[in-house]
Amino acid sequence: MDGFFVNVDWPEIGRATLDTMLMLGGSMALTVVFGVPLGVLLYLSGKGRLAANPVVNAVLSLIVNILRSVPFIILLIVMLPLTVLMVGTSLGVAGAIPPLVVGAAPFYARLVETALREVDKGVVEATQAMGGSTWQIVTRALLPEAMPGVIAGATVTAIALVSYTAMAGVVGAGGLGDLAIRFGYQRFQTDVMIVTVVLLLLLVQILQMLGDRLVARVSHR
Amino acid sequence: MIRLEGVTRRFRSAAGERTALDAVDLVVPQGQVFGVVGRSGAGKSTLVRTINLLERPDAGRVIVDGLDMTALAPAALRASRRRIGMIFQHFNLLNARTIADNVAFPLKLEGRPDAEVKARVAVLLDQLGLSEHARKHPAQLSGGQKQRVGIARALACEPHVLLCDEATSALDPETTDEILTLIDQLNRDLKLTVVMITHKMEVVRRVCDRVAVLKDGRVVEEGATADVFLHPQHEATRAMLAEDEDSFDLAAAAPAGGRLARLTFRGASTYEPELSRVARSVGVDYSILSGRISRIRNEPYGQLVVAFTGGDAEAAVAQLTARGVTVETIGEAG
Repeated sequence: MDGFFVNVDWPEIGRATLDTMLMLGGSMALTVVFGVPLGVLLYLSGKGRLAANPVVNAVLSLIVNILRSVPFIILLIVMLPLTVLMVGTSLGVAGAIPPLVVGAAPFYARLVETALREVDKGVVEATQAMGGSTWQIVTRALLPEAMPGVIAGATVTAIALVSYTAMAGVVGAGGLGDLAIRFGYQRFQTDVMIVTVVLLLLLVQILQMLGDRLVARVSHR
Repeated sequence: MIRLEGVTRRFRSAAGERTALDAVDLVVPQGQVFGVVGRSGAGKSTLVRTINLLERPDAGRVIVDGLDMTALAPAALRASRRRIGMIFQHFNLLNARTIADNVAFPLKLEGRPDAEVKARVAVLLDQLGLSEHARKHPAQLSGGQKQRVGIARALACEPHVLLCDEATSALDPETTDEILTLIDQLNRDLKLTVVMITHKMEVVRRVCDRVAVLKDGRVVEEGATADVFLHPQHEATRAMLAEDEDSFDLAAAAPAGGRLARLTFRGASTYEPELSRVARSVGVDYSILSGRISRIRNEPYGQLVVAFTGGDAEAAVAQLTARGVTVETIGEAG
């Protein structure tokens, strides 16, 4: 074993794994914080919905589409000054989180919007007929009914974020992706490359499994 | 009491403007079961939705228990909606919640204390025979059970009005019967005013005290169910009722020279041997070509198409009329 994994610095791998987890956890939490309200607004302002508003919908939709059409690697670079302004550095875990959230929140917002659209209009109507306010309809009927889709969307987003964190390694974010690039690729240390890729693969597997379990738990169809 | 005054609702789309309700005036008396029938697209669903303002009329007023719904501020409108229960064709239950939580839902929306909610839900579940299903989810129940949950939920806030939007249209005949019996019972026990939208004449015949016929967004006929069903005035009503009947050419089936008449018996006389007595006293024969003896709401009625032959048909008609049978002459057989 030692013969092959000669270049692998295990404590370094451990730190990088922790960094990746921190980036993922932090950016995912903020992605949900921004993505869910944005998705709800996209849904509510849509045609024929509770708070239909073509102007608001068009503006939100445009912002989301612009952010989603920028390749993440470009977004990382474009956002550098803004990131420094927000968190004081563009490096490390803290520096990676703003671009990760800006990249993932619009994507997640669309998934939330889609999940909300899947909810039977009759449920909204029934809640309205029971005297529910728009806030109550969203928080007590729409989101709980859309929960399987909202969670499945979060799983897809978290997995996309795993590959985003790897890219963030390019601009000095640290983490497993950074190791893979600096050692595995640039120094031809194939063993480091393999270890990091296997760890990333494991992370994706675990996320998907957790997501699927949660979806199964909240589905009652 | 529910009163609609000149209620108009238009829908705009790329294809142009469509008038779903055209200056509808309607009075639903307190404590009655009121049916609204019409073909699909006649505006029935829009009509029932204007009562709790799920559809806001473009013109006209909706008055429920003396309150002009169209003039209410949002919070007041929500409060008055709580006193108007509604059930739906596809039940519209919350799939993510248990049966007990579905019934509790309107109470929680209103912000009632947990202990009160729990007690009220237990009473409702028991009343509707759903106690054993309290912890299940809607997907585990049959259609009839789901509609019972819908009814329990609609009754949770003690409404004085129940709106039913095609509430039995997704159910099989047996379950339809069960739900109609339940609605009938609620109307009597809770003095609930019920508005029922349906395209099934049978539903109206079973439970409705009064009925309005809707065509192209207008009320073309309205009255006590027995009056409207036994003596329909508008062709739209006749056409809808005719679908329930045998539609062959009665004149061709009648004995030659026979005189065709439609006899309508109502109330207790339905079960009396009136026709046979008159035939014997006048000396006329009759063939029954078509007929139905049943009940509308709870009033017995019979409606027969007969052909009188071989005697004084005029005298038979006069005697039947004198005995309270409504006779309409509808032609001569060839």
